[in-house]
Order: sequence, then C-alpha cells, then structure tokens
Amino acid sequence: MSDSSVSDTVREAILAFQAEPGGLMPALWAVQNVLGYIPEEEVPTIAKAMNQSVAEVHGVISFYHDFKSRPPAAHTVKICRAEACQAMGGRRLQAFAEQQLGVEFDQASSSAVALESVYCLGLCACAPAAMVDGKLVAKLDEDRLATILAGLHGKGANNG
Amino acid sequence: MVEAIRFYIPGDAAAVALGADELAAELNSQLAQRGLHSEVVRNGTRGMIWLEPLLEVDWGQGRHAYGPVDSAALAEILEHCLDNGPPPTVYLGETEALPWLRAQQRLTFARTGLIDPLSLKDYLAHEGFIGLQKATAMEPQAIVESVVESGLRGRGGAAFPTGIKWQTVLDASAGQAGKYIVCNADEGDSGTFADRILMEGDPFSLIEGMAIAGLAVGADTGYIYLRSEYPHAAQTLKRAIGLAREAGYLGDSVAGSGKTFDLKLRIGAGAYICGEETSLLDSLEGKRGMIRAKPPLPAIEGLFGQPTVVNNVITLASVPVILAKGAEYYKNFGTGRSRGTIPVQLAGNVLRGGLLELAFGMSIRELLDTFAGGTASGRPARAMQIGGPLGAYLPPTQWDTPLDYEALAERGAMLGHGGVVVFDDSVDMAEQAEFAMQFCAVESCGKCTPCRIGSVRGVETLQKIRRDENRAENLLLLNELCETMRDASLCAMGGLTPFPVTSAIQHFPEDFGVEDNNA
Ligand SMILES: Cc1cc2nc3c(=O)[nH]c(=O)nc-3n(C[C@H](O)[C@H](O)[C@H](O)COP(=O)(O)O)c2cc1C
Ligand code: SF4
Ligand code: FES
Repeated sequence: MSDSSVSDTVREAILAFQAEPGGLMPALWAVQNVLGYIPEEEVPTIAKAMNQSVAEVHGVISFYHDFKSRPPAAHTVKICRAEACQAMGGRRLQAFAEQQLGVEFDQASSSAVALESVYCLGLCACAPAAMVDGKLVAKLDEDRLATILAGLHGKGANNG
Repeated sequence: MVEAIRFYIPGDAAAVALGADELAAELNSQLAQRGLHSEVVRNGTRGMIWLEPLLEVDWGQGRHAYGPVDSAALAEILEHCLDNGPPPTVYLGETEALPWLRAQQRLTFARTGLIDPLSLKDYLAHEGFIGLQKATAMEPQAIVESVVESGLRGRGGAAFPTGIKWQTVLDASAGQAGKYIVCNADEGDSGTFADRILMEGDPFSLIEGMAIAGLAVGADTGYIYLRSEYPHAAQTLKRAIGLAREAGYLGDSVAGSGKTFDLKLRIGAGAYICGEETSLLDSLEGKRGMIRAKPPLPAIEGLFGQPTVVNNVITLASVPVILAKGAEYYKNFGTGRSRGTIPVQLAGNVLRGGLLELAFGMSIRELLDTFAGGTASGRPARAMQIGGPLGAYLPPTQWDTPLDYEALAERGAMLGHGGVVVFDDSVDMAEQAEFAMQFCAVESCGKCTPCRIGSVRGVETLQKIRRDENRAENLLLLNELCETMRDASLCAMGGLTPFPVTSAIQHFPEDFGVEDNNA
C-alpha cells in the first residue's frame, strides 16, 4: 500500500548513499530527516534501493533507539536519565515530566508531546539536561521545565 | 581604537544550553546600538562550565573574563570594558590568571577555548599542522615509533598502547582494498564530554591527528563515528572537514605529501554499545551494532574486513602535539605507565564542574577539593563514580587514589574516559546499583545470555533487595549473577556492569540493608 509519492521521496533521499559502502545508516537517517520517521511500508523501497533484504533493513531499524517507525509527536522532550543528571535531581525531574505530560518515558501515545529517554547529552557539568525539539537546555529544575513545557503548547513544528 | 576590541562567547553545546546564543545576539544588538562593529568570536569552551556562558573581552591587554553572564548583565559589562565603568560582579579578571586554568597542563586542549574553531588561520597561528608537516617528511615506521615512544595509551577507556596498535596495522597487508582510520566519537559514557568539547572547540586537531594516523599506517580513508546526541559537534566537524579539504590538508595530497587521505563523518543512532569498537565497525558497515568475537583484532580485520586503526577522539587529537614537540616532551608529563595528560571531566553534584587537562597522578580528593570546590548542594560528598556507567563507585576512603590507570585498577576501579561523577549524601546506592543493571538491560546488544538475561535478572533481584524481600538470599543470588556476568560475557558491557553494582554493595552496605562489610 505504498504511497508512490512518498516512495519517490524516499528514493530521492537515499540516492546519494546507494553507492556508499555501508551506506544503510546514513540512508535511514536521510529518510527520517525528510519524513520524520521511517514508514513500515517504505522498508521494501529502501531495501531494494540499497540492495539489501527487507529483513536486514528491518533488523537495523529496530536495533537503534533513534530510528522511529511511527510518525513523531508534534513535540519531543528528551530528558537525560544518566548518572550525572541523577546526582543533580534528575530522577525528581523525570517524575515531574511524566506527571506534567501525563505520559511515561518511551511509551507510544497520542499525546502532542513525546517523552524520551536519553543517556547523556554531554552536559554532565551543568546537569540535569534535556533536549526539547532539538534545542539543548541545562541546569534544569521543575520550575524551568514547567515553563518550557508550557511554551510548547500552541507551538507548531518538531525539529528533532 | 574601540573597533579593535574582540569579544568571545563560546558556541560550545554546554554554553549554548545555558544561553550563549541569546547572549551573543544581545551583545551584537547592543554593539550595533553603540555603532560598533567589533568582532564577536564563537570560540570553544575554556572548560569552566560553571561559568558558562563565559564572555571574554580583549581590549588590547589580554583576554578578560566575565561569567556566568546573562543578557541583563551586558550593559554593565560594556560600560566596564568600553566606558571605564566599575567592574560588575561577574568580572573575573584576566582569563589566563584564573586558578582553574593555571593549574592545568593543556597539551591536547591547548587551543580549545582560545581560537575560533573554524578558522584555519587561528589554527595555524597556534601551532596547528606542525605535527602533520613533520609527519609528511617521516617514514611511516618513524611516525609509529614516535607514538610508541610517547607512551600514549587509548583514552577511550581500555588504555591500550596506541603505538602498538598502529604498528600492527602498519605491518598488516591490506591488498587493493586498503586500510582505514576510524575515530570513535561515540562518547557514550555518562559524565564525559571531553570528546564533545574538543570536536566543537578545536576540530582541526582531530583532523590533523587522523591524517597523521593515515600517513603512519598507510590508510587513505578515515571515518569519524559521531553519536547522534551531539548535533553541534556534527555541524562543526562537517564544516571543518570541508575547510581542511579545500586547504589541501585532506584529499589527494595531504599537506603536499603526495599521499591520499580523506575523511567521512557518520552519525550513530542512539546505541551505547556502538561505542565498543567492533560493534561500531558493524554499525559503520550499515548493520546492527553487534559485538564481534575477537580475534581477529580490528587492527588485522576491521572495517569491511580490512586492517583498521580504531582510536578515541582524544587519543587521535593528542598525536599532533606528540609529533610537533616530540615524544619525550609528551612522555615527561604523567607517572608510572600513565604518560602524558588526561582530560578530567568533573560532573554531577559539584560546585564547579567542567573539563580540565592534567598530567596523570593527581589524587581524586584534590580534584574534588581544589577544582570542584565541593558539592553543588553544599551537602557532604558521599560517592564518586569514575569511568562512566561501567565504572566503580568509590567511597571517601578511596579518594586518595591517584589518577593513574594502574592505581585505579588495583582498587577494582577504572579511569576509563576520565569522567568523574560526584554524588552527595542524599544518594541511594542501591538505586544506583539497580540503574547500572537497568542501563545494561536497555543497551545490551543481545548477543550473549550473561549480559542480556543477567542484567534483567539483576534489575529484578535488586528491586527485591530494595523492597527487603528475602534480602540475604537475593544478595547471594546477585553476587553469583555478577560473577557470571563478569566472567562469561563476550564484551565489557556485560563484563563490567557488575563493577558499579558490587562496589556499591561493598562500600555502602547500609544502603542494601546489610550491617557488615563482608557481604
Ligand atoms: C560498552 C563499551 C562502550 C564503549 N564506548 C566507547 C566510546 O563511547 N568511545 C570510545 O572511544 N571508546 C569506547 N569504548 C572502547 C572501545 O571499544 C575501544 O577500546 C576504543 O575505541 C579504542 O580507542 P583508544 O585505544 O584510542 O581508546 C567502549 C567499550 C565498551 C566495551
Ligand atoms: S556482553 Fe552484552 S553487549 Fe557485550 S556481546 Fe554480550 S550481550 Fe552484547
Ligand atoms: S549524564 Fe546527563 S548529560 Fe551527561
């Protein structure tokens, strides 16, 4: 049931990587960067273009946390759940985010805001840290996070 | 002449996360209002993350620092540096005189924070490409010998001697398909950010180090495998590679050597295990990041089956200074078998967090007291985790240990990539132990059972212990589980996860409901 214009977009996105040795990862990134995710029904198109089996492509998509098989929520909040952030109240912040957004980490939902785990953003000296629609924020506390989350409502695009 | 005043605001991701972009925009607008066209350089960070965003101003008498600066303080700062106004509270004096910087030995990070990361002119003015120029006039064997002689060991975690690895690749025959240099920029260890700061603050030094590696072992292609969590570093590297190529430092004749070396940047996709070198190679080949059994070593059969050097960012970026100033110079820093310098990353609950480059040998306590200045919360520090999520937790009684690979190993700990995460006395060490197992369960590649199943069982068992369910029995079970993981896992993911767990139990038994230390 592949939508032909979407398939064209996919083919175009990965054109540059077809001849690239081991080019599947950059090809998948290219698709996800254009469409926001890697649609299930486009996997055969990708497999054919990359001269790999559908099973191989599926295997790669499912292995990596970053590759998404479903359309992304309007907004994505990634909160660092690793040790340096834990040492600065990260666990409290995580619980607060779940409660504010009414969603659990890494669970599919119809909510406009997706909450995702990330294990370290390299901002461990100014913890706790998060990435909100691609923008980094550090030295977070509940108040600042609440302000940021409130700011998401009514905002449109998700870029990361 | 006021126009000649230069301003510096880091473009480093940590500075940006703390408002550096907004600050730079506000500065530009206030300068415009004054009719000034002074340059605002977006440098790398000096490493003093607690002072970010750090604004530096050079009015012709060295660089003077203000930090942490928020836009509201700008007017006052400009009055101080342009109108002879009184110094604002965020004024710190001359940057170079700050104790945090003066106490360091900056070799690998000599330029980071000083220069515009994407200015080749700046790079050359700060001794850039001297190492590469020297290498172009040397026999490959002589380059490898310099690196052996320097005592440099891998900074990615395993501390393997870099020169010996290069020798193996130099000696390996490759046939038509050639050899590869792979830079491990996956920096997955929590509490570490040295690679990130270097790539964002001085990307040419990494490119130079990789080009030297290429000349040394006879490789014509290099890959940088960068984690997806570092979008700023990706941007900077992409541009730096382009600039280096245009200027002839990459391409058909590297720095006029007549030899080819070029670089590609690849982005990971959020898998901690892809930091392990064989998993990383599979990922570069477009596969699931599964661990390969060793042997064969990547040095013999690496990327696409060809001889491959895999080195960490800091390892590679330390090579230019070794070539430029000589192996002896580098080796004279450090202690015992830990030669040269190590970038230490102070993180977590610290008053002053950031990056500092030190000769090996300083004690952990000195780090905490002198550099970190204690905890951010003001409560007593209780534990430190060194070397990332697979590193042991150290109690205060072990803080006199020097920063030295062997000294830490003797205490069942490891220096790893140099991350030091401090926890205050509100930490629940049983919760930390459970997290260590949880992290392994989430990030295991799934190839072997001790790790894949063991970590899940570990989480369950620790949850029972924390709920006081058959505690003694479950502690025994956990102990056995840890032994199995340590001894029977295929790689260090499963093999080292027991270290944070057992060190927590051993040094903080009270958090596990255990009275005596011998549990
Ligand atoms: C689970 C695991 C994760 C690792 N992650 C990294 C990493 O993020 N960066 C890194 O440089 N080395 C990492 N390593 C070490 C690499 O396997 C390898 O030793 C290193 O890239 C070699 O480079 P070096 O000798 O310059 O340190 C990891 C190892 C393991 C077992
Ligand atoms: S120890 Fe874990 S990560 Fe390593 S090979 Fe086994 S399952 Fe994979
Ligand atoms: S541990 Fe959270 S940013 Fe590194």
